[in-house]
Amino acid sequence: MSAPTGNRMWTARLRNRAVAALPPEQLLPDRQPAYVSSWIYVFGVLTLAALLIVLTSGAVLALEGPQWYHGSPVGHFVNSLHLWSVELFFFTMVIHLWGKFFMAAWRGKRALTWVTGAVAFLGSIATAFTGYLVQSNFDSQWISTQAKDGLNSVGVGAWFNVLNYGQMLLFHVVLFPLVLGVLVVWHVLLVRRRGVVPPFADREQADPEPEPGAPQPSTVEVGS
Amino acid sequence: MNHPGVYLHWGVIQISLANLVVIGLMIAVFIIALFVPFPGRKR
Repeated sequence: MSAPTGNRMWTARLRNRAVAALPPEQLLPDRQPAYVSSWIYVFGVLTLAALLIVLTSGAVLALEGPQWYHGSPVGHFVNSLHLWSVELFFFTMVIHLWGKFFMAAWRGKRALTWVTGAVAFLGSIATAFTGYLVQSNFDSQWISTQAKDGLNSVGVGAWFNVLNYGQMLLFHVVLFPLVLGVLVVWHVLLVRRRGVVPPFADREQADPEPEPGAPQPSTVEVGS
Repeated sequence: MNHPGVYLHWGVIQISLANLVVIGLMIAVFIIALFVPFPGRKR
């Protein structure tokens, strides 16, 4: 029995398609266009770094439970770490959003990059909102009763109940992080695939879709 | 933390001082990021 050739196996076909769609040299480039040497370009990765802290601290909180994070010094610390990393996440994400909005980052076939980022931003608000609802204090009571009226007034109250603690907890720790995770990974892959949007002055050079692996007109070493 | 927040009112607009400070900081950092030169940038 002869071994099946690579292109007849579905795993090989899947790998070939994935490598063609996302060439490794684009996923982890060691050079970037010279125009990214600006502080405004660092806020995307700062947002990702903050999100990593949010997810890690949230996983620890979920593993240890409320008696730990409300009743022990280390629990209080991790609980606070979760809150303040979310504050930092939104702080850097809003600046990233402003920067990309004013440089019209959807140019050069980057519309899907912009849309996934915008939807991830809205998803982040929903995730943070459910986080405020599961603090189990007077803040969450106030926020949920106010939000209930607002959500019912726009007709989405039949889909979920913000006064349902168990439902909001599961939304916060499972459903929304999963959706947000998929959106963020998709967004980052698109940034790698399409490249970082250039300033307006370089528009003529950037609008055509570059061939995979084609050298950029002016690049700098990453980290130099 | 154990006291009511400070709120600012301007007509129909109402915002907590804490939120206003955060928005001001974001605008300040945004402007700084646009104009402060990036280390190692060659022009």
